[in-house]
Amino acid sequence: MKLAIKLAFRNLIGAGLRTWLNVIVLSFSFVIIIWMKGVITGWDHQAKVDMTNWEIGEGQYWQKDYDPYDPFTYSESHAPVPQEFRKEIERGDMEPFLITQGTIYPQGRLQSIMIKGINPKQNIFLLPSHKLDTVVVDAIPSIIGSVMARNLKLDVGDRVMIQWRDAGGTFDASEIYITDVFSVNVPAVDQGQIYIPLDKLQSMLNFDDEATILTYRDSEVARPDVEGWIHKSKQELTKSVDDLIKVKTAGTSIFYFILILLAMLAIFDTQVLSIFRRQKEIGTYIALGYTRREVVGLFTVEGTMHAVLAALLSAAYGLPFLAWQAKVGWTMPMDTSDFGMAIAQTLYPVYSAGLVITTVLIIMTVTAIVSYWPSRRIAKMNPTDALRGKIQ
Amino acid sequence: MENTPVIRIENLVKRFPMGKSEFTALNGIGLTLSKGDFAGLIGPSGSGKTTLLNIVGSLDMPTSGEVTVLGQSVGTLNAREAARLRKESLGFIFQSYNLLAVHTVYENVEFPLLLLGLSASERKKMVTDALEWVGLTDKAKSKPPQLSGGECQRVAVARAMVKKPSLVLADEPTANLDAANSHNILKTMESLNRELNTTFLFATHDDKVINYLHRKIFLIDGKVEKEELVTN
Repeated sequence: MKLAIKLAFRNLIGAGLRTWLNVIVLSFSFVIIIWMKGVITGWDHQAKVDMTNWEIGEGQYWQKDYDPYDPFTYSESHAPVPQEFRKEIERGDMEPFLITQGTIYPQGRLQSIMIKGINPKQNIFLLPSHKLDTVVVDAIPSIIGSVMARNLKLDVGDRVMIQWRDAGGTFDASEIYITDVFSVNVPAVDQGQIYIPLDKLQSMLNFDDEATILTYRDSEVARPDVEGWIHKSKQELTKSVDDLIKVKTAGTSIFYFILILLAMLAIFDTQVLSIFRRQKEIGTYIALGYTRREVVGLFTVEGTMHAVLAALLSAAYGLPFLAWQAKVGWTMPMDTSDFGMAIAQTLYPVYSAGLVITTVLIIMTVTAIVSYWPSRRIAKMNPTDALRGKIQ
Repeated sequence: MENTPVIRIENLVKRFPMGKSEFTALNGIGLTLSKGDFAGLIGPSGSGKTTLLNIVGSLDMPTSGEVTVLGQSVGTLNAREAARLRKESLGFIFQSYNLLAVHTVYENVEFPLLLLGLSASERKKMVTDALEWVGLTDKAKSKPPQLSGGECQRVAVARAMVKKPSLVLADEPTANLDAANSHNILKTMESLNRELNTTFLFATHDDKVINYLHRKIFLIDGKVEKEELVTN
């Protein structure tokens, strides 16, 4: 083995450009595979972080009738804020949301919306709710997301009519004034959502001091069961994202292996070519005292050493590149808000030691296999034909 | 010359499949070579020279008959034993040199010693000696593509001789060389034969080589036609 490594190293160094071209291609594969997997992991990670920052905090209480997938429940899904949460709300560590269904009439068109009442002074979410803390004559201050604004052709300073039903079931309408348009990559926070001050919505609906959702900041505090309210932990609330990630992981794993196989083609190609181009050399090894098995071993080690050299080269330029990417992220060249899914404009790759080690081990193993496989043909070659370089 | 048999061949037959029939390359060869012989198999193309050399070199197997090289019956050797025989006791010189193109001259000559597992200091001394024998000390760091044909064949001779084998098999060693280089190579091999008492067996139809041989074995159609001994 020691001799095979020594000879393989000599062969690789002696082959010069041929070796380095293979090593460079393979090292690109290492870096690109790790980077791409890191971007996808970072995307998943970011989706959960954004969901936490913009939508669910560290967990929520839902009024028992609230079903986010059934807008017709919204008119019933409200209740007075429980007494036991008052102090937490006063400290700003819990924020009530009141939600109702409504209709908006931009440029005479009609569209269903969810009207959400939010405390303008809250700081659990990244929503720019402070923009609601303003006095507007004859209109309700409101903020909307950029996708919603684009779809409805609305902008900051625009006024538009909205309609809702109050506690008695009576339709009512008022004008809203857009005080801010925010950009977010959580579709559920943006599309079809209008945010207005909580106390304003409570008075519009005659639901004084009532809420639909209570979102808390601190995940360390034990959460009691409260009658009429259902506790939703962060794990429950992010389950849909986790399920999506699992499905996506299966898809990206296929993509990951396709990338690895493409990288292996370079080595496989080289090894197959070697059999035809290096027959005389193989015959010479045998004439000088190598067994066929040792020749196969030499070629396998030689192929695998491509991967070792590629890993070293990748470490030299890849580690700084990957670290830099993790810091500055990868900014999409086009506007991602049109994608219809939770994807940030800038994705920050997340790498794990497991990802790097697995990728290196997989590439080493596959390289050894694709080197060994064509080398086996050598074992069947007649040494006297090999010495003459006779293609079989 | 001593009378120790290095090669003993009795009634050797070698047949190759050719379509549905067989081609007989060697037909009842009988031959004995002693230590220190400087002998050659002489004959036209297709006479069986290279086939016989390959069998003696344990690169091929006899169809029938007995071939004993350095006391070992070639026909009964398994792959590992045949490889050991080649590694420890045989040297090969080929028509087209068969040097490892990506290795330097030094590394090419060192290769058989690496296979023998010798230490670095032993290898260095033996390679230096071998390069001195063939006059290529100054080319140690060159690679084969940078050398002339004559120089390449001298490297091949050094590689074959570096481990001081008992038997050197040379298949048309001068076929790709001009007259001057051919004589140079042959003189080198002749002097190594004299100094180290190494047995040489050539396969050739080149007159330049034939003129140097001490023992000439003429092959025609796979049979020994005649033998000539040259007395100095």
